[in-house]
Order: sequence, then structure tokens, then C-alpha cells
Amino acid sequence: MSLRILKTGPQCSVQDLGRFGASQWGVPVGGVMDIPALLVGNLLVGNAPELAALEVTLGGLHVRFQSDAVIALTGAWVPATLDKQPLPCWRSVPVRKGQTLALGWAEQGARSYLCVSGGIDVPIVLNARATDLASGFGGFEGRALKVGDILPLGVWDGHAPQASVRAPERGEVLRILPGTEWTAFSQAAQKALVSEPWRVTPDANRMGAWLAGPDLGLDPPLDLPSHSVQRGVIQVPPSGQPVLLLPDAQTTGGYPKIAQVIRADIWRMGQFRPGDSIRFVEVTMPQALAALQAQRQWLVQIENQLKWRIQ
Amino acid sequence: MNPTLQPQGDTALVLTVSTALADQQRLWRMQRLLQQRFPDWWLVLGVGNLTVRFDPLTSRAALIEQGMQSAWTDSRDAEPVVGQRHDIAVQYGGKAGPDLAVVAEHSGLTPQQVIELHAAQDYVVYCIGFLPGFPYLGGLDERLIIPRRDQPRQKVPAGSVGIGGMQTGIYPCTSPGGWHLIGRTHTRLFDATRMPPALLAPGDSLRFVPGTEHAA
Repeated sequence: MSLRILKTGPQCSVQDLGRFGASQWGVPVGGVMDIPALLVGNLLVGNAPELAALEVTLGGLHVRFQSDAVIALTGAWVPATLDKQPLPCWRSVPVRKGQTLALGWAEQGARSYLCVSGGIDVPIVLNARATDLASGFGGFEGRALKVGDILPLGVWDGHAPQASVRAPERGEVLRILPGTEWTAFSQAAQKALVSEPWRVTPDANRMGAWLAGPDLGLDPPLDLPSHSVQRGVIQVPPSGQPVLLLPDAQTTGGYPKIAQVIRADIWRMGQFRPGDSIRFVEVTMPQALAALQAQRQWLVQIENQLKWRIQ
Repeated sequence: MNPTLQPQGDTALVLTVSTALADQQRLWRMQRLLQQRFPDWWLVLGVGNLTVRFDPLTSRAALIEQGMQSAWTDSRDAEPVVGQRHDIAVQYGGKAGPDLAVVAEHSGLTPQQVIELHAAQDYVVYCIGFLPGFPYLGGLDERLIIPRRDQPRQKVPAGSVGIGGMQTGIYPCTSPGGWHLIGRTHTRLFDATRMPPALLAPGDSLRFVPGTEHAA
């Protein structure tokens, strides 16, 4: 049971929910950029939530299945074909041994997920199957995928729902809470953060996205003792241009943090691409918790609906 | 120093004290207490601070705050954390340490004196972070303090021993870096297939031992 990579696109790697707890050794959490997309994808193919999938950046992936399976493409909407027949995203689709799946270029959003029944069965390293691209471990040989790679699939009991799920809208808003150094920034900087649009620069990878907009710099610059940073932190290095931290961000940092994207909006961060515009909207802690609650309920509803459609 | 407790977004709480060694030692004890009391908590230790990351739908921030407060209070009289001692064999200068002469010139010392001062200290591992297995070390001799390079290197080889500002450290893996490189070690600070994967832990101490390790 396996699949073979025929083309990779700009970047494709094996990812799962990430390495929780490994930060005590300085290891980033890693894992998928868009967690709900992985969770729904795994539900659509009858997998446990923690099984690994392929994270495809901007599309372009072609694979051949070397065994029968059920697949689902979630995350960024991407035109796809199965043996040249159009294949919709966010839907469970049975595939046969020998069939070829071809992804075009993502029309909006940045990361699509190919979930396959049984999951991508690479060895578990430090409690996860996620690829740590910077340090070169986990995933498939610790690296991004290449043409000719053959990825083993996990055991599948043959049951998966026949269903589709409506994709969530990303929008251009990220809701934020004030960061630990919010009050160190000038009123002008605080106002600029929430009133101006921010452009995602080409300097964006799985560690962080550098944004372009008004200067938020501190004068004099603030150099903090190293402290925990995590995905969703908006830190401001001396350049004055903010950086949005993503799953592969280092575990600790020293730049001042102007804000933190709320947990419910973390998934959106991974779906912005260079040139896209982001707006930050400040919310309160109760609003942040209500948004997270709503997201969990959405996931539970999907899980309940799909239970009835397992065949 | 009285600790301050601050939320970092909706999923983390940070306790901050001073960066003095006495406070850091207390943070090590606090971390051990929290690990014993709440084995499921996700702790991240920094320099002079400790963060708890949590899921706000399953944990109440107020309860985590209480747990952190009482662990800090109890850490005052808790048993000290006794770390391990490590000897790190380093080849100083030459290709292994291309910036040794720069550091010597900046400090007004000879390269040999720089090596002797650097190798004379017992360094304390404050915490592990930044890169997998990377130790934040305390104890650099003030005479060796030197600002970071104007132009960071794109590729610093794994095992490089460097000085940047008031810090000295070892690059656990090949990465970009702005420190002045004075030597290199073959000791592996991080191996994902080992448990624990990091060689060093907070509370450990280490000494750099000059040698011709590459010939061995």
C-alpha cells in the first residue's frame, strides 16, 4: 500500500498535528499550517485525527496510487483531476490502484492537503510524523518530497464516509489579542497595526511570514531575554516590519511581540500567499474563546454528520 | 524579584522574573514542581521566564495562573536541581574557528589568551531553545564580549562554537548565524533518534576543553 510522487510543485511534505512537548529540547511544534483542513480531511477518509497527510504548497502535485484507497483534498481550493476527470476538493473520493491524481495551481489560498485512508505511514520521530524541514528529521527522510519517492500508506479497515464538507472562508481578517509588549509600542504603531492593510511579502515559509506596511519599529529597540514564542505571535524585529510566526518557528525568541493571532484564526495564517493582503482586528479574550468554541463545534458537527455516512 | 504573570494570546501564560542566575535556578525548581504536579502541562523555559501553553477550551487560565503562582512560591525552598557536567572538546582557531583573530583583536588579547579565557569558565545551561538542542549559556568572561558580525553567515557549520554579544554557544545544526566563530566541536548536541534528543538540559554545566579533536 503506497503512492508514488510524479511531480511535487513548489513544496510538498509529510505533516501531521505536530510535535507537542518537544519544545523542551528546542524542537519546533511543526505540523500542518491549517489544522482544521487536516482534521476534516482525515474525517472524510475515515482516519484518526493524528494521521499524517501531504501538505502541498500552491498546488502542482501529481501522484500515482499503487493500491486502492479513499482520498480527500482539503485546504486551499485547487483544480484537480483523477485520470483526467475533474475531482472536487473537500470531498471523499475512492481511488483505484494505478490511477493518477494531478493538482493544478491553487487559485486562492496557499496550502492544500492530500489525505489518504490509512494515512501516510512514515516512522514516528519525537512523537510525530511531521517533517522538520529545517533540522532534517521526521516525515519522509526528513525532507521535502521529490519525484520518484514512494510513500507507504497505513493499514485501512476499508470504511470511509461518502461525503463532502463545505470549505470555510478564509477572508483577509486575522483577529488578534494584544501581545506581551503591546504597551511598549507607540500609539501610532498600535493604530497602524489594526487600521492599515498588511501585505504578505515573498519572504514567507513554514517558519514565518514577513509582512510589509507602516514602520512599527521601537525607538530605542527593545531586546528581550529569550522567551517562548509560538505560531500566531506577531513580533517586530528592529526593521520595524512585523513577522507572523508559523508552525516551524523557533521555540524561543527575543523580539518584542505586538500582538498574538487568536487560536481560532491560526489556520488562516497558513493560507495567505505572497502579495495577499491581511487586516488585523483586535478582539477581547471572551470573543477569542467564543470564536474557538464555534470552530470546535463546527468540527464536532462534521464528525457527527460523517459518522452516519461511513460505508 | 516578584514575578509578573501575563497572558500571551488566548493559549499561553508567561511568568517573568529577572535574568539573574538565582532566579533562573528557581525557575528550574519551579519547572520540576510543575512537571510533578501537572504532568500534562506544556512548559517552555526561557531566560528569566517560564511559559505554560494550554488549550483554553479544556483548561481555565485562572487555574493555570494559580498553579504557576504556587509553584513559584514553593520553588523558594525546593530541593536544588542538580545538573550534569559536560566536557566539550573544541578545536579552536584555523578553519574550525575563522573569527578567533577578530575576537582577539577586539578584546586586545592574543588568540591564545582568548582560548584560555574561553576554556577557563564553567558555563551554566540556562535553558534550551532557539534551535533543537541549542543551549543558552551563562558565564562568558566579560573581556570576550563582542557585538555580532555585521554580515551574518548564510551557513554556519554544525558544532561551531561562537561568541555573540554577551553570549557564547554551540550551533547544534548547520544554520545561518551572526556570531563570531572561534572553534568547533564534534560533540552532537542534538539527535532526533536519541531520547532525550538534546545532550544538554537546563541546570547542566559545561566546560570547553581545547584539543586537536579533528586529528583524533
